[in-house]
Parts: sequence; structure tokens; C-alpha cells
Amino acid sequence: MPCGGEQSRFWQEGMERGKGLARKWAVEFAENTSSSSSYSGVPDPLGFNRSTQDLDDTNGGRQMKDAEAAWKSQKAWEVAQAPLKNLLMMGFMMWMAGSTVHLFSIGITFSALWQPISALQGVGKVFEPYKDSRVDILAPKLLFIALNLAGLALGVWKLNTLGLLPTHASDWVSSLPPAQEVEFSGGGLPMY
Amino acid sequence: MAVRVCLGFLILLLYSNFSTALYEDQVGLADWHQKYIGKVKQAVFPTQKTGRKRVVVSTEENVIASLDLRTGDIFWRHVLGKDDHVDQIDIALGKCSILRAWNLPDGQMMWESALYGSTPSKSLLFVPANINLGKGNRILVFSGGWLHAVSSIDGEIVWKKEFAIDSLEIKQVFQPLESDIIYAVGFVGSSQFSVYQLSSKSGEVLKHNTASFPSAFCGEVALVSSDMLVALDATRSALISISFQSGIINFYQTYMSDLVQDFSGMAALLPVKFTGMFAMKTVSGIYLVRVKGVSVLEIIEKFNHPASVSDSLTLSGEQQAFAIVQHAETKIDFKVKLDKDLRNDVLKETVEMDSQRGHVQKVFLNNYVRTDKSHGFRALIVMEDHSLLLVQQGDVVWSREDGLASIIDSTTSELPVEKEGVSVAKVEHNLFEWLKAYKKGEKGLIIINIVKITNAGHALKLKGTLMLASPDEIAAIQAMRLKSSERNKMTRDHNGFRKLIIVLTRAGKLLALHTGDGRIIWSLLLSSLHRSEACEHPSALNVYQWQVPHHHAMHENPSVLVVGRCGPSHDALGVFSVVDSYTGKERNSLKLVHSIIQVIPLPLTDSTEQRLHLIIDANLQAHLYPRTRDSVNIFLHEMSNIYWHSIDVGKGLIRGYSLRSGCNLDVVDEYCFNTKELWCIVFPSETEKIATMATRKMNEVVHTQAKVLADQDVRYKYISKNILFVATVAPKAAGEIGTVTPEEASLVAYLIDTVTGRILHRVIHQGAQGPIHAVVSENWVVYHYFNLRAHRYEMSVIEIYDQSQADNKDVWKLVLGKHNLTSPVSSYSRPEVMVKSQSYFFTHSVKAMAVTATAKGITSKQLLIGTIGDQVLALDKRFLDPRRTATPTQAEKEEGIIPLTDSLPIIPQAYVTHALQVEGLRGIVTIPAKLESTTLVFSYGVDIFFTRIAPSRTYDSLTEDFSYALLLITIVALVAAIFVTWILSEKKELREKWR
Repeated sequence: MPCGGEQSRFWQEGMERGKGLARKWAVEFAENTSSSSSYSGVPDPLGFNRSTQDLDDTNGGRQMKDAEAAWKSQKAWEVAQAPLKNLLMMGFMMWMAGSTVHLFSIGITFSALWQPISALQGVGKVFEPYKDSRVDILAPKLLFIALNLAGLALGVWKLNTLGLLPTHASDWVSSLPPAQEVEFSGGGLPMY
Repeated sequence: MAVRVCLGFLILLLYSNFSTALYEDQVGLADWHQKYIGKVKQAVFPTQKTGRKRVVVSTEENVIASLDLRTGDIFWRHVLGKDDHVDQIDIALGKCSILRAWNLPDGQMMWESALYGSTPSKSLLFVPANINLGKGNRILVFSGGWLHAVSSIDGEIVWKKEFAIDSLEIKQVFQPLESDIIYAVGFVGSSQFSVYQLSSKSGEVLKHNTASFPSAFCGEVALVSSDMLVALDATRSALISISFQSGIINFYQTYMSDLVQDFSGMAALLPVKFTGMFAMKTVSGIYLVRVKGVSVLEIIEKFNHPASVSDSLTLSGEQQAFAIVQHAETKIDFKVKLDKDLRNDVLKETVEMDSQRGHVQKVFLNNYVRTDKSHGFRALIVMEDHSLLLVQQGDVVWSREDGLASIIDSTTSELPVEKEGVSVAKVEHNLFEWLKAYKKGEKGLIIINIVKITNAGHALKLKGTLMLASPDEIAAIQAMRLKSSERNKMTRDHNGFRKLIIVLTRAGKLLALHTGDGRIIWSLLLSSLHRSEACEHPSALNVYQWQVPHHHAMHENPSVLVVGRCGPSHDALGVFSVVDSYTGKERNSLKLVHSIIQVIPLPLTDSTEQRLHLIIDANLQAHLYPRTRDSVNIFLHEMSNIYWHSIDVGKGLIRGYSLRSGCNLDVVDEYCFNTKELWCIVFPSETEKIATMATRKMNEVVHTQAKVLADQDVRYKYISKNILFVATVAPKAAGEIGTVTPEEASLVAYLIDTVTGRILHRVIHQGAQGPIHAVVSENWVVYHYFNLRAHRYEMSVIEIYDQSQADNKDVWKLVLGKHNLTSPVSSYSRPEVMVKSQSYFFTHSVKAMAVTATAKGITSKQLLIGTIGDQVLALDKRFLDPRRTATPTQAEKEEGIIPLTDSLPIIPQAYVTHALQVEGLRGIVTIPAKLESTTLVFSYGVDIFFTRIAPSRTYDSLTEDFSYALLLITIVALVAAIFVTWILSEKKELREKWR
């Protein structure tokens, strides 16, 4: 696998150089062997045994996979905890925005509502790269969802403190038309 | 949620501006003002050099004005108080108990002198013909039983003489030319004739003669010469000529039947001044009678009705001229005669006359000297509809529609809907014009011109917006805005600003005014209110909406109902007239067989959208109109829920009635209903006298019943159309301010439900008295009165809330719709009410009060107060909030509650009449426009004024001076910039790629 990686790096280099110099491109047909050190013409450092290293690579496959899984799970947890920072920042912003209705506070509140919702929609995608049969991503997922829900709750709470939630009777009755009257009475001063 | 966001913004918006003032350049954009003087009673033509082109008139609206004879414009004008009737004017002008003199060129008052008088009587004014203000001439005034000689320089009373003894009634006071003797003639009782001769220097009686006449006099006299009078006897069928030469009184009786063939009825002497003759009126016509001696009376000419005769006018060389105006269908004949030669006419002209002006009522003749030294004549004519015309050389030079100074009622009508698309004729016309120009080979020029014309306006406007315009250009923009044809179109507009205001004047004329510029669209002198044998003294009462096609009967024009009666008493028969409000044609007219004491428009319409009206007659029977089967069916269906009430001010009673079928008439009339008294409120007559009443306007729209308080709490307004506000005062304090002590005065305000007669609220203001003005709207009432203790005017507000709905506070029930807020309410359920009230001092006294009305009732309200200075002041209802406290909390401030102050502020910018005055202000009418934020305001008095106001600013539309051109240009520029940058970036990217 490292050999393949090296090869692709060359390709990339070639491509990059090719991009920089118009119409001047080169393909190196030199055999890409493991003895890259000899190829560069610089001798290996003392005590460096290329063959043993190669051996380690081939033999340590399982160990590497373990490391990768650990790394993935670590990464997943990191991703899951990311909304926490967001939450704190949002809280700070909301505190800054105050409790009166104006453009800034409405903007903040709506972004506070929108961010968790969009994050929750894309929860599968966020954890896609860390999906592995050996990695348990359910717990980080749950944490992620929980934190986002907390963010959402914070947004709703802010909305309420701004007075934009219809939680009072006044919000429901002000759109009702006044009641009809059964009786009618006319008249007044006679025209004398 | 959206509602609350809106509310929040609205509150912020409101909070930022208390008043909505005009900018100087907005004057005249939405408002118009017209000046009138009223029906002319007397006219005097000044002969001095400065005033030759003017005429001084006094009118029935107590106006004294100087008009330009060339154009009819007002030079100056004085509107006197309501009780300051002008009795007589001459070159010096006078009034009842106060004599005032004004300077003719500019109308400045020179002097005023109060005359002493004990008994009220008709006042007479005599100004010597050779008056010259430079010399100390005396003006003779008879007033209140006293004869005064007043110096014409400073108004000082030189001498006075009492005549009030032994029921003497002075009829004429005069002073022959170049004589020191003043004659005062009159009657003692009904049959004694008395002549006084007084010295003009000191006022002492030189001679006094009395003679009795066997039969009685009726009181009318005409002075024929300096020693002869003609009087009518008590039966008005004989003329008595009285000569009193050198102290000997002779009577001679001439029977009318000897003078006039087939005389019948009664005669009347016309109050015109002639020498050697007089004019009298009988049923058959007007007669001019020459007096050749005491016993010789001779009829010179007879004019058939309708005709009018002017006073005589002294020309140079002892000649006298007078004018006669006669009707001949649509024309009037204007004749001028000289007294020396009565058989022939000096001048005879025929003038075309608008038939809607009615008959000629008064003529005032004036002469001018032509270039060839001959006399030319012109006449000021007062018509039946109170309009004033100047006739000269067979033409109406100018006319003034002065009937509009006496508006008694008004209503509005929508204009016709604009036809879809451009009319074919118009297109054809345009095409034709264009072709003509094309033929001339001016095609290019024309197109350029069109482009220029259409662009010039926009370019100018744009310049104005960008503040690049020079002062001249700004003036041009202003002129363009004022002349905008958009506001004067004869079609309905989107915002509902263009309407017709239909006004009814005291003369019985109906006029439709366009709200755009106040021009008269049509006028109609109602034929049903014309004097006839069946209808002796017709008078117009009110105007109502009769038919407003809305959903059905769209092909029919809207119409209004004019109600009148045939006499001054309340049991006179009624007159009914339905007038098309687009064309101004009388659609239907009815002579009712019953009297009218109340007209009740019902909240019901028939299938053709004619509004049902109940007419209550003097026998308390209700008559239903329109008289169709359809309307009866609709009415019978609703009859059990229809009530009516009547306020008897004299007895201090309010009575409530219900209706039931069948009348106590001889003939069966299915449109007649009987009434039954249900309740009666009796005010104690020794302590309370009904002073004023107010009800809610029938067409008022209320958006919501809920009032949201700062702490999200809800209060439910008590919204009932059947609420009646009545204020009573102590009978002692019913007079003017200052006649009683505060201990004796009290004012009681009542809120009454008119269905059940229940008194919802009663409050006593000790030490307060009228005049009271009140206005009721939604769930509140505001009233204005005088506080004797504080020596200031006060305004009180009462807000009334419905406690029976107060438990509708559970959110879940409301969300699920389990509430009774929208279910019909009956007054018989006796809902508990809660009342909040507060009083504030107010600086002005008030002439009229109204409240703004909008289409949906969402916009906050303003009170419109007609001040004593004849201006209209807009006062925010929030200033009259009973919940105002000295230190409102933050939440209350957000709600819009203003910190409590003891008096209401008068913000100079809040005068909706800005710099103008509506002289003699009597009424303010508010009309909702289609645009929710806007109210149309029409105020009338002697003048009329119209404007439109937005109590919370025009939050729902762009301002009129918004530059659409600028917006368009900005958009175009932005789109162009986007394209250009896009192309540039494309190009750059391509270049990058090739590199």
C-alpha cells in the first residue's frame, strides 16, 4: 500500500509541475522499486534496514487495522462532541443579542434553530466516514443528536424569551373576529 | 407568531413617532379647502374709488364678506359668532346690539360700540345717504327700544332716546336729505300710528303725533316718500296709505280687490326700498304700485311668479333704477327699469340658467359707467339653492356655490369601477392624431416629443429624489404633483381614496363632491323638496345610503336616500327621495302618508342590496322601506331581534321599544308595524337634564375583541353596537359656563344597553358642566366638558370590558377551538362588565368631535377634535388611555403606554388642517379608505375641508413621492452590472485557462 501511495505522489508531482509549465510535461519511466533511496543516489542512513521494515509492514496488517478503528472511533467521538462548542458559542451570542425583537436577535435565533436541524438531517452523512463493522458509532451518534437537540432547545427557548412563541392565550384570540350580536337596536334623538 | 412580529414592529414604529405631520411640499396633495359665505341676505356696492370693483355682503351664516365683482373671489371675510346675526349692513355695517364698522379695502374693524337696549326688538339702521367718514356724520340705529345716534368716526354714541314706552313699535327711522329732523314712525298696539320728529343734533322730540285707525294693522310698512307710508291691514287684504306731512296724519284705505282683479288670499309688502312706489306680493304675482297721492294708487306692472325685484339704485341726476328678474323655464329675464319711465325697460337681457339652481330669491342691482358715459347694469342674483351669481351683459360672469356653507348631512359613494383595458374610442383618437402628424411629415419630431414629454416628468422627479433639482425645478415638480390627473379620475382606485362625498344642504340641494379636488360632479335641487301646495315649507332632514351594490345587483348604480318633511313641526308629512349617486338623477320620489321622527337604517339588505329602513312616525308606528315583498320577508324573519329607542330630552326619558306586526290603521298595511314599550329610564328632573348622547357608528369595523396587555394577559372588550352614551347635567347648570357655582353643577355619564335598557355604567363628575361633546367607538367613549372647580376643560375616557369572556384563557382550549368567543352574543345574557376610566385636562373648547375609521379596524385610532379656532386637531387615542400611569414599567412602555400627565398635549404638527381654518366648523366625518392605514376626513362648516390621514403612518404602502424611476434604474443598473461582471469573469477565466 505505501508503494502505491508513493506512485500516486509522483503522479501528483508530475501533474503539478505540468500545470506550472505549459506543455512541458514528463513521465518518468524509471522503475518504481522499493529501493527508492538508491534511486535518489543517497545511501540509507546507518542502521536502517530496509528489508526489516518491509517485513514489518507486511506482517503488522492486523495491528494497523486496530489502530485505524481506534482512530475512527476517536474521530467519531470528536465529531459527536463538536456541537457542544457550537452550543456554548450560540449561548454567548444569544446572551449578547438581548431579549428584544430586532434584526440581530432574530437572525441569531433563527440560525440557532437552523443549525441543529440541518445537522440532525445530515447525521448519517456526518458519521459515514467512520462507519466500520468494528467501530461502534451509535454512542457518538446519540451524543451528537442529543447535543443538537439541546441546541434546538436553546433556540426555541430563545424564541420564547423573545416572545415569538404562541404560548399565551393572547396569541390565539387576537386573530378571532368579534362575536356577532343577536339583537339590533336603532334610534336615538327624534328629529324635531 | 406572525401577528406578534407585526405587533412588535408596529409598536416600534408607533413608539418612534407620536404625530404624523405634513411637510410643506405635501400641502394640497391629499387635501383641499373651499371657502364659502352662505346665502346672501344683503349686498352693498361701495361707490368709493377703492371699492368700486367689490361688493360687501352679509349672509345667513353670519358672514360679512367683500367679494371681487370680476371673479367672485373673497377679498376679506368675517365669520361672526353663531348668535351674532347680522341685521342690516350698509356702507357702515351693523349688528343686533353691537354696532361695528369695518374698513372696506381690507376688512379691518374700525370701531365697535355696544348699544344700550332693554327690550329685544327688530333693529333698524339708517345711514344718511351723504355719509362721509371724514366728517362727523351720525348713523342712526334703533335697537332694543332705543334710538341711538352713533358717530361714524369712532362709534361713540352721541345721544340716545328711549321709545320703549307704551308698546310702541318703531317701524322706520329716516332723515330726509339736508334736513335736521329725524322721523321715527311706528305703531302703538295694533291700530295706533305714531310719528316722532326728533332733532338730529340732540335727539330731543320736537313733535309727536298719534292717530288711531279704526281697524288693525298687520305691521308691514313700506316707506314711499319722506312723508308717506303704505301699510297693510290685519287681514292683509287692504292697503292703507298714511301721510304725515307737517304733523297731520291722514289714512286712506284701498281694498286689494279694487286694485287687483280676482284677488284672493293674502298680500305681503316686499322689503324693497323705492321712492314713490312700492312692491307687493300676492298669490298671483308681484305688483309694482305707484303712489300718486294719499288716495291714488296705481298698478304699474305685474310680474308672474317666480320673480324677484331689487332695491332701487340712485343713478346720477335723480334717476332711480331697479331690476326685475323673472323666470322663463330654463332662462331668466333680467330687466332694468327707471322710475321716471316705468313702461319701458332700460335693459332687457335673457340669461341661460342651470335648472338645478331653482328660482331667483334676491336681486341686487349695481351700475357702472361705460366708456361712452352711458349706464351699464349688472346684478347679483341669489338663487334658491343659495348660490350667488353675477349677471352682466346677458351672461353669468361668475357663480359661487354658496349652498355648501350650510351642509346639514353627508354620506359617501364609491365611484364606478374602471373598465378593463383602454377604451376603443380613445385608442382610435390617439391613432388618428398620430396619423395626422405623420402625414405632415413630423413623425420624428412627434416621437421625440412624446419621449421628451413622458421622460421629462420622470427625469425631474428623479432629480428631485437625488437632490439635484434647482428651486425652479422643485417648483415644477410640486406643480406636477398637485396637477396629477390620477387623483381626479372618475373611477374607483385601488386604495379607495377616490370617492364621491354626497352632501345635503339646507336649501334641499344634493351635491356630489370628488374627493380628489373637491369639484362638484353633479348637483340636484330635489324636486320633492320643492315648495308646492301639498308641501308648504319643505325642509331636508338627512341623507342615508340606500343601495350599495357589493355582491349582487352589480349592474345597478349605488343610490342614496334623502329624507325630508313638509313643514316645521314634527308631525308634518314626510318626503322621500332616492337619488342615483353616479348620475345625480332622482330615481324615485315619494310623498309619504305619515310623518317622520326617526329613520333607522337596519343592518339588513334585500336581494338587490337595498338597505332596509324603518321610519318611525309621530304615532310611534314603524314603517318599513323599501316597500317590497322581499324586504318584508327578510324583515319578518329578523323582527323579533330588532328594537329601537327614543330619547325624550324635554321629559328626561329614554324609552326602548320592540316591534310587532300590524298597525292601528284603517287600511291594512303590511309594511306598517306596531311598537311596544319595553323599558324606560327616567332621569330625576330636579337633578338631571339630558345634555348629549352618542352611539357607535353603524359601519364601524372592529378587528378583534381581545386587548393584549403588556404581561401577555388578555382582556376582552365589550363590543356592542347597542351601546348608548348619555350625559346629563344639573338643570341649573344647563346654561353657559360661569352661571353656576361648582357646588350646584354636576355631570352624570351613563352607558346604556339599548336592547334591554340596562345601565352598564354610571359616573358622576361633581362641579362639571356642558357643553358636552362625546364620541363612542369600539369599547370606549371619550367626552369633553368643563370642570368648574379646575376652571379648565376636561376630557374623560371610559373603557368597558366584558368579564364574562375573561375565563377564556386556556391556551389548549383556544388551540383546539373549544371556546365561545365567536358564538353570537345576546344582550339578555347580561354579561358582567368591568370599566376603566380616567380624566385629563384639555386646553381647547371643542366644536365637534369624531374618531378615525379604517377599513378593517386594525390601525390605531385618533380623535379628531374641531377646536374653537375652527381647526381639526388629531389626538392619538393612546393619550386617552385609562391605563396610563405615572411610571410605566418597561413592558408597559413597550405596549405603548405613555407616562401619565394631567393634561393632554396639543402638538402643533397634529393639526390635520395645517395652516387652514374651516370657518364655522360644525361637523367632522371620517370615511375609511380601502387602504387599511388611511382614513378620509371631511369637515364642514361655512368652509369645507377634506384630507386623508394615516393615524399610524402609511405602513402598508409606499409614500406618494416614492421614486419608481430611481428604483427601476437601480434594478436595471444592478442587472447590467451583474451581466458585465459575469462576462468579464468568463473572459478572464478563459484567458487563465489558455495561459
